[in-house]
Amino acid sequence: MNRIGLALRALHHGERGLAQDLLRVSERHVSEHEIHHVARDLSAWSQRHLRELAEIGGRYGARLGTGHALETGLGARLREKRSELVKHRSTPGMLLLHDLRHIHVQAAGVSLDWEMIAQAAQARRDTELLSLTERCHPDTLRQMRWANAHLKQLSPQVLNS
Amino acid sequence: MARIDRIADPWGTRTPYGPGEDWPVRVDTFLKEGVSPQDVDRWVPTASILHSNGDGMDIAVKDGRMVGVRGAAGDRINRGRLDPKDLYAWQAGASPDRLTRPLISRDGALVETDWDTAMDAVVRRSRELLDEQGPGAFGFYTTGQLFLEEYYTLAAIARGGIGTHHLDGNTRLCTATAAAALKESFGCDGQPGTYADIDHADVIALFGHNAAETQTVLWMRMLDRLAGPNPPQVICVDPRPTPVARMAAVHLAPRPGTNVALMNGLLHEIISAGRIDRGYVDAHTVGYEELERRVEEYPPARVAELCDVPEELIRRAAGLLGDAERLVSTVLQGFYQSHQATAAAVQVNNLHLIRGMLGRPGCGVLQMNGQPTAQNTRECGADGDLPGFRNWANDDHVADLARIWNVEPERIPHYAPPTHAMQIFRYAEQGSIRFLWVSGTNPAVSLPELSRIRKILAQERLFLVVQDIFPTETTELADVVLPAATWGEKTGAFTNADRTVHLSEKAVEPPGEARPDLEIFLDYAGRMGFTGKDGTPLITWTGPESAFRAWQECSRGRPCDYTGLSYERLRAAGGVQWPCDQDHPDGTERLYSDGRFWAAPEYCESFGRDLVTGTPVEEVEYRFLNPSGKAVIKSAGYLPPHEMPDELRPFHLINGRTVHHFHTRTKTARAPQLRDAAPDVWVEMSAADAAAHDMREGDLAEISSPRGVVHARLRVTGIRPGVLFLPFHYGYWDLPDDAGRTRAANELTVTDWDPASKQPLFKTGAATIRLLERGGGDAPADRDSEAEPARSRTALADEEPR
Ligand code: SF4
Repeated sequence: MNRIGLALRALHHGERGLAQDLLRVSERHVSEHEIHHVARDLSAWSQRHLRELAEIGGRYGARLGTGHALETGLGARLREKRSELVKHRSTPGMLLLHDLRHIHVQAAGVSLDWEMIAQAAQARRDTELLSLTERCHPDTLRQMRWANAHLKQLSPQVLNS
Repeated sequence: MARIDRIADPWGTRTPYGPGEDWPVRVDTFLKEGVSPQDVDRWVPTASILHSNGDGMDIAVKDGRMVGVRGAAGDRINRGRLDPKDLYAWQAGASPDRLTRPLISRDGALVETDWDTAMDAVVRRSRELLDEQGPGAFGFYTTGQLFLEEYYTLAAIARGGIGTHHLDGNTRLCTATAAAALKESFGCDGQPGTYADIDHADVIALFGHNAAETQTVLWMRMLDRLAGPNPPQVICVDPRPTPVARMAAVHLAPRPGTNVALMNGLLHEIISAGRIDRGYVDAHTVGYEELERRVEEYPPARVAELCDVPEELIRRAAGLLGDAERLVSTVLQGFYQSHQATAAAVQVNNLHLIRGMLGRPGCGVLQMNGQPTAQNTRECGADGDLPGFRNWANDDHVADLARIWNVEPERIPHYAPPTHAMQIFRYAEQGSIRFLWVSGTNPAVSLPELSRIRKILAQERLFLVVQDIFPTETTELADVVLPAATWGEKTGAFTNADRTVHLSEKAVEPPGEARPDLEIFLDYAGRMGFTGKDGTPLITWTGPESAFRAWQECSRGRPCDYTGLSYERLRAAGGVQWPCDQDHPDGTERLYSDGRFWAAPEYCESFGRDLVTGTPVEEVEYRFLNPSGKAVIKSAGYLPPHEMPDELRPFHLINGRTVHHFHTRTKTARAPQLRDAAPDVWVEMSAADAAAHDMREGDLAEISSPRGVVHARLRVTGIRPGVLFLPFHYGYWDLPDDAGRTRAANELTVTDWDPASKQPLFKTGAATIRLLERGGGDAPADRDSEAEPARSRTALADEEPR
């Protein structure tokens, strides 16, 4: 595997984490309806990136599986239930801030990985790889901004009550 | 003069006219039985309050009581015509069950009290919470039915006095997407078109807008064009066989939740046929290339599949839109309350931008409103915006508002977008909002997922103030109820969906101790002692006219400039369209005539949002994208809805309105003609689905979703197979106390909203249906569209074409 392959593998790992975390945020915050719905949509973006990365990875010697399904189902559903139960306490607010912060940090890491790969692709005039980054990297930035925007909006209320 | 039953025929008699001609006058009058025009003491001018059309009208007064109404012949909006709701619903004002005294909760029951006691309780709780928690503990939820002066006062109290971010209107449910779409495309709210565009159009496209039932007078105008020489062609997008659909050259009935795909398909066809105005696009817009790229992914064949609409119909509709020389488009709840609301509504703006069809006679977009005064909720800052379309993310705008209010800019919260209604209720659910003041609306019936809303409102820890004219499902849950005066009992101005400002004058005294909403807000402000920087009172006005003048100052130099108006002027001129200022002394019929927009970074109301994630766009990004303030063409891809039918719940469920009722029927069901026209909830289902379920017209059905159940009589119609429709007006106040919670359509709705406009989705959700009880006979459905013979003598109204 060459160095680009290694970088793609790191990116793939990061995207997978982000896809999983967004799904988890969606499942954990069922009563925060916008978060619940949109986080799921945003997870789908990362899942698409995973497929695209897997397709291109072989060219750089990186075998990137689409294998492991993301975790949903029973475990996740239990968490959803619990979230239903605690929706009247104020702690979920803190939990949500924590989760959104985590999404932002995770997405920032992924964004940097895309950045590095885009730079490398430009340097070697690898148009296919470059266009992949052009397709995907903006999504990552939107994921980041999404988490950031909700943090900005929610933290004044959560931290002052 | 003709006498006709306007329940059976909501639109009355045709007065045909041709393109470019003036719409003929037809004066509609309804007087109480036994009263003739000669008996009337006074005719008091106002405008319609039961929809957003803004029809000019007069209230007939005799012996200090309302005895009837008449359309204003000279009014530019309606030329004398009236909607059936306006003809009859005024009778509700004199209903014996009006709230006439304040109520306060004592040992779990509401008891009558006096104003001092009630207001003291509100003020005491306010002070406690300000000390304990601060402004974040307060939420204000208002309506689209108060007057401009009242919203502006409320905005000053909430944002400048208390200093809370949590103020929104129920206009969030009906008009938030109109505002959002206008902001996305043009940088600012403000209706580009005018109703007079109907007089010139050769194609009229109604996107999710059942104008025949929601803006009946606008529909009369369209019908009169259709009956005249060289009629326009109508395009209708609606899953139901509405009266609009019946008049349409092309009717598209897409699968619910697929509006963006459909719009992209239409734009695809128009672009690939080369029917765009390249010169206009280059000179006046940014973002076109991305749209072109985006809609490439939506060829008609794919769209036909996504929307389940014949490919041929998509091509025909696109052909009409592409060939139109004078195109008027209107948009309403079929888009606004559906999945991807803002993205879909924005594509209608795009259609006009790429065809260069704005600001000329017959070339206009009408992003409609639901409620009569929704426009004022938006412009006065009682919706999720700052007053005067100021941009919360622009520090200069905030400083300017602070100057007008004589407060420090930090007093006005602007660290994030103002809190939208659904989030206000979420904060109340979590317990961080502990004081909620609801004015002029009934969230216990109108919000989605009612079992949840009832629980939130009933919480012990939430101090709930409700200000209304009748006892409602919401007042029941209040700690303090404040009895308000309504239309015809107070004076104030309001603005319709095409920017026309009317003055509505007081005709009669309010009942008992009921007071105008403005007086109530001013009383609260006085008792709270809100002050500006130097200790002088924050609120310097004392009544409607001085409030109007204060608002004029606030609007100065902003797009919704009212400085050229006055009560005197409105009395003399009738309706005037803003902006009305020194440069436009007679008002402004069409916006953007010169291809110039209010979108410059320094001036715009909003930098926009990401249409999918809802994230606000940052100022730097906006400046980069649109440095010179052009119109912004924003594209969007189709996303599947969040709740889709499955084996368990195989139907799409949509809810909506009907011609004879308004909102939660608090007024319309107290007028006998309207009440009897549509007395109870029904469900609409296609013939194929009914047959498959062995169900028949008139059967009692149970409709259920994961949130609840509704029982309704079945009406078999030409609705799209796979879709169920419920009217949402019906709640519980006119049922016995022990009736189950199985009547309101919103028992079933999902809690989900458009991330950009934050408008809840009442037209996206899954449900199932089963037979509960064999019926026999008809469903109690609204037979408006089928023009039955007159059945009610009491509904006979006069029509006088001139
Ligand atoms: S019924 Fe709906 S659309 Fe109409 S005014 Fe009320 S909220 Fe708005």
